[in-house]
Formats: sequence, structure tokens, C-alpha cells
Amino acid sequence: MKKIISVLVENKFGALNRVATMFSGRGFNIHSISIGVTEDPEVSRMTIVTSGEANILDQIIKQLNRLIDTIKVVDLSAENHVARELAMISVNYQKGIRSEIMNIVEVFQGKVVDITIKSITIEVTGPPDKIDAFINMVSPYGIKEVARSGLVALKREEQVVVRKKEVHIA
Amino acid sequence: MSQTGKELNGAEIFLESLRKEGVDTIFGYPGGAVLGIYDKLYDCDFIHHILVRHEQGAAHMAEGYAKATGKVGVVLVTSGPGATNTVTGIADAYMDSIPLVVFTGQVPSKLIGNDAFQEADIVGITRPITKHNFLVKDVEELASTIKKAFFIASTGRPGPVLIDMPKDMLAKTTRFVYPDQVDIKGYKPTISGHSQQIKKAAAAFRKAKRPLLYVGGGVVMAGAHRELGLLAQEAGIPVTMTLQGLGAFPMTDPLSLGMLGMHGTFWANMATENCDLLVSLGARFDDRVTGNTETFARNAYKIQVDIDPTAIDKNVRVDLPIVGDLKSVLADLLTELSEKPVQSDYSDWWTMIQQWKDACPLEYDNHDGKLRAQFVLQKISEKVKGQAVVVTDVGQHQMWATQWIQFDHPRSHITSGGLGTMGFSVPAAIGAAFAVTDRPVISISGDGGFQMNMQELITAAHHKLPVKFIILNNSFLGMVRQWQGLFYKEKFSFTDLSASNPDFVKVAEAFGCKGLSTDSPDEVDALLDAVLAYNEGPVLAEFKVVKEEMVFPMVPSGGSMRDIMVKRLDPNRLV
Repeated sequence: MKKIISVLVENKFGALNRVATMFSGRGFNIHSISIGVTEDPEVSRMTIVTSGEANILDQIIKQLNRLIDTIKVVDLSAENHVARELAMISVNYQKGIRSEIMNIVEVFQGKVVDITIKSITIEVTGPPDKIDAFINMVSPYGIKEVARSGLVALKREEQVVVRKKEVHIA
Repeated sequence: MSQTGKELNGAEIFLESLRKEGVDTIFGYPGGAVLGIYDKLYDCDFIHHILVRHEQGAAHMAEGYAKATGKVGVVLVTSGPGATNTVTGIADAYMDSIPLVVFTGQVPSKLIGNDAFQEADIVGITRPITKHNFLVKDVEELASTIKKAFFIASTGRPGPVLIDMPKDMLAKTTRFVYPDQVDIKGYKPTISGHSQQIKKAAAAFRKAKRPLLYVGGGVVMAGAHRELGLLAQEAGIPVTMTLQGLGAFPMTDPLSLGMLGMHGTFWANMATENCDLLVSLGARFDDRVTGNTETFARNAYKIQVDIDPTAIDKNVRVDLPIVGDLKSVLADLLTELSEKPVQSDYSDWWTMIQQWKDACPLEYDNHDGKLRAQFVLQKISEKVKGQAVVVTDVGQHQMWATQWIQFDHPRSHITSGGLGTMGFSVPAAIGAAFAVTDRPVISISGDGGFQMNMQELITAAHHKLPVKFIILNNSFLGMVRQWQGLFYKEKFSFTDLSASNPDFVKVAEAFGCKGLSTDSPDEVDALLDAVLAYNEGPVLAEFKVVKEEMVFPMVPSGGSMRDIMVKRLDPNRLV
């Protein structure tokens, strides 16, 4: 079973290392980990994709909570959430296949970020399966390099239903 | 005289912060990176600094001191090798949840990462074996970091905390202000147990026909032994203890079944297997306790009380978890039970337990005139009658001590459990002896473990500490020999020390201790009396015991009661 865990940590020296050390020391899997500062400069958000049996996933969340630098741990898989990944894929770009590649890029709403006579680098964002699909589609042309960001995710906020009569226009 | 508000350098702030924390004893060893501190320590009249002979000794002494008192043990060492030498002690404290604050010197900030002389990334090295650790680069943050470290080490599930201090930081000055309070966003231990869960627990007690209290070191740490006693007495519920739990409930009390687990009593393990309610109090279902987790207490409704949420459901799934401080949870549970008391009659349950006791008592051969470790331990127990602090090492003698010494008081049994650190007993007993002066402190080691930290004998001798160092010398690494005998076709590979052991009496004398030795059961009484009567300084007593003995009962690693090995089992007495 896969799980997406969002961890808010104090933006301090060694915080990422503590999390990584805990995972490796206890033999837990990390599929991807991404980290960046939040709206509060003293707090960073880690988005961790992990997998394991239910009791292992339960331990992972408890062990993350146990770290002193950890402020909050949210199991996003248990909630309505939105998750995205960014990838850059560099592909062979010889004559004869260029229009085919551009078609695929367009279908996936990719963005060309670098281009030469021999190669093209495309940026794709979306859920990981979309990126997998894109990579699958361009791989017959010869992939040179792939860089993936790992997943970032946020909880979806509750939808507020706005009734007409409650809308006041000033 | 208060130094608050004064301009002090890092070294002075370190000492003043310790004073604020009420620390009066630290264990340490000087070196380049902490010269600034030692310079101030020279004139310091409120810190008793104990100079050890090896930094590992300092860490174990601090553990022994902490275990004996419940206070935080403090270590001060230099950078590089000074710091790395404490690693085993820190790992030991982490496994057994002992509150330590370890201060390490570090090379000057500018040199960090340059492979400087005596540099080691001790924060990186100790990250997985500390509850938390810090590198303090700014002297402004030193006092508040020390405050945090003591708070983290001593609250919740206790554990070691390390503070790394670069040499230049210790020389810089700032206005000294020690914070009154700490607020760490991500660290708020739960104290009170959930009231609904406690109500459910009370209901489970009222329903149970064969309840069992499974008591771990958490009860000792929380100081909840009085509440535990009341709970057990409430309805006459049997109590079994883990290695770290021994002493939380008096072993001489008829309700005590002694220790459970790999080398626990037959009846404690049978009771665990057959109980219908297992109440884990500050215990962690360690593999040495459970054996096969699939079969462990398989028929029981399981309640687990622990202050650390990660301990819950880690190895064995429980039916009713309660996260909280044991003293608080047990007090609430007692209130709950007093409103509607348990009315059950456990006489059938006690009859079963008695049958197991009769069928497989603890015993050893005692008629061939040869000296055995069990006999010496039994004699020690008879003489001290629970009024001693016994610090054991790791191996056969450690397990025999749990079987043959009656521990009646919390903090009277100190040993390395989780990490199983040979060489623990000598320094840990010395550390305990700096705090305990009203009862004898007895260190018990095998001949192997004793040699791992025997350099600290001189530390005891220098301070004229009346520690009793007992060596149960079977000229073998006994527990390893036992496993080689049982599971490796008696190939005693590198466990025979008979040709290479030193003369322990001469060792004692060379290190300034009194030394005694015997190999005769007839002399044990007189020798122990002499040891207990000698209080002018440390005394070492070597007992040359037979090497062929094995510790029984034994549930092999990962096994169940079906696999138990016993010396003798009388099936006729098992109805």
C-alpha cells in the first residue's frame, strides 16, 4: 500500500537528515521525498511517498511524530488531497520525428524548456501516472535524461457552497 | 551568587546553566576542544567533576547515576575520539530510555567539515541513537539549548540528548539569561490518559478471570511503583516484570511471578501464555520477552499503557492502547476501580500458577562441592535483603541475577537491557555509587565483561568509593558458550578465556582496590561478609565458578512456550 505523508518540520539544520535517518534506520521505504519552505519561513514541508503494510505505515507516522523537529504529520492518503509532480525529460530530437514528439508534448500539455538540433527538454507536471505515461510515450524516440521532483501535495480544502442569496455585492 | 544578566563566555554559561538545572555531578575527560570549560571548571565550586579513564566509562557512569537517582546524567568530553568513545553509552541509554545530556567539544566553527584534527561529525553519528541532538554555533543560543536538552532528556519517554559545542563558541561572550520555560513546537508529551480508554480498561479488569500485569521499566521511570502496588493488591492480580521492570514491584511479594521472557521463570511465561487479560505497563514487547509474537499471550485481551505512542502496536497488536504517563494513568484507573471494584475470584488462576511453579522451580545442582554462580547470587540476595543497588553486566550472570536475587525496590536493579552492553556494570556501578550512599552498591560482572571497562577501577579507588565489584569468573564467555553448546554443536569458538584471563586479585590491587578470591562454596559466606563490611574503598571479589552451567529455563530466540528448554520439568505436577 502506498501512502502520501505531509510533514511540517522546523526549518533547521539537519531536519531532513533526521527524517531520512529514521527511515533508513528502521528499514522503511521512501519512494520520493520533496522538501521546501512553507508560508512560514521557520517551517518546511516535506512530502513523503512511502509504502508498506498497514502496521508499518502506522509506525512510520508515529515515528515521524516522535522526532522533536516535527511539528505536524498528516496522512494525506486518508484525506481528499491534490498531488503533483514535475519532471524534465530530455529526448532525442532528430529530423523526422520532431512533429511526432511535439504532438505528444501538446497532448500532455508539456512545455519545451530547452531545445537544440539534437535534443529537446520537456517539462511536464501532473500526477505521477501522467508523467509515467508521458515518459512511456516518448521513450521510443530515445530518452537522454530524466529528472523528477518527487511528489508535492496538499489537502483539499472543504468546498464552501455559496448560495445565491448569501452573495452580497457591494 | 546569581550570574544572571552578567556578560559571560560560553564556558561560563555552560557551568551556570548546569547550576540552574541543579546538576552537581558530571562525568568527563578533558581535551583540546573543551579546554575553555576545563579552565573554568578548575575554579568552580558547585560542580563535582569526576575524571574517568575512558569516555565510554563516563557515559556508563552517567547512566548508572541517572538510573539510581532518576536525575539526568551529565557527560562532558572533547571532540573527535572523546565524542566517539561515548557512542556505545549513548546507544545504551537510548535503548533503555535513560535521561542523559552529553556535551561534546567540537573543532572551531570555521574548521567544521575540513577534516580538522580531532574532528568527528558527532551530531551526524549520534542522530539515530539520541532522542535529539544539537550543534550550538552561536553563544546566544547556548543557555536556551541546554534548557531544551534537559527538558527533552527528562520528560516523556526519557533518553539521551547530545549538545555539540565548537571551541570558538565557548570563548565568545554574551549576557547570561537562563530561560524559565521551554516551548518546543513539535514536542508535547501526553501526560493524562484518555478517560474513555481508562474506563474501558477498568471494565476489562472487572471481566477478566485470569489477569496478568506485565510491568516494564516505564513504571520505574514514572515513579509509579506505589500505584502499581495498589493495583496489584486491589484484587490480588499476579505481576510479572521485564528485565528493566524488576524492583518496580517487590519480588518477595507473593503476587510476584518474577521475570518473564527468554530466561524468565516457567510460571511467569506460562501465566503469560494462559492469561485472558494482559496489561502492559511501560513495557515494549521486546523480542527477548515475546519470543514468537504470533503466539505471545495469544488468548489475552491486551491493554498497553505507555507514554511513547511508537511503543504501542510496534511488535504486538494490542486491543486497548492508552498513551500517557503511568503515574497519572494508574491513578485514574485506581479511582475508576474504586468506584466499582473488581469482585472476581482468582483462586483457580492462582492454583494454575502454583502448579506451574511446582512443576518447574528454579534450581541448580548444589551437592558436588563445586562453586556455582547461582549460589553466589543467592547468597548475595540473602545478605542484602533487597537493601542494595545491584548493577549487573551482560550475559549468564545477568540472567541468573534476575532469578536468584530478590529485587524489592525500584532503582535497586540496574543493567544494560536493550543494547546488551558488556562492560556496563563496572562504570555504571561507580556512577550509581556517587549518588547512593545509604546502601551498598554491588557491581556483578562475568570475567569477559569485567575486562571491557576495568580501567575505571582506578576512578572508584581515587574517590574511595565503597563499590563491591563481584566477578563470577567461569573463564568463558558464558552466554556465548551456552549458545554454542545448544545451537552450534558445542564448537566453543573463541569463548575460552581460561588461558588468557588476568589475575583479578592482582588487577584489583594494581588499581588501588582490595582484592579477594575463592573457588570454594564453603568460603562464600565469609568472603561476602568481608566484602559487605569493607567500606574504606572499592573491593573486588572473584568467585571462580564452574563453566558448564547453563541458564534455564530458556525460550529459544523467536520461539514459544512449546520450545522451552528447562533443567527439569515434572509433568506429573502439571494437572
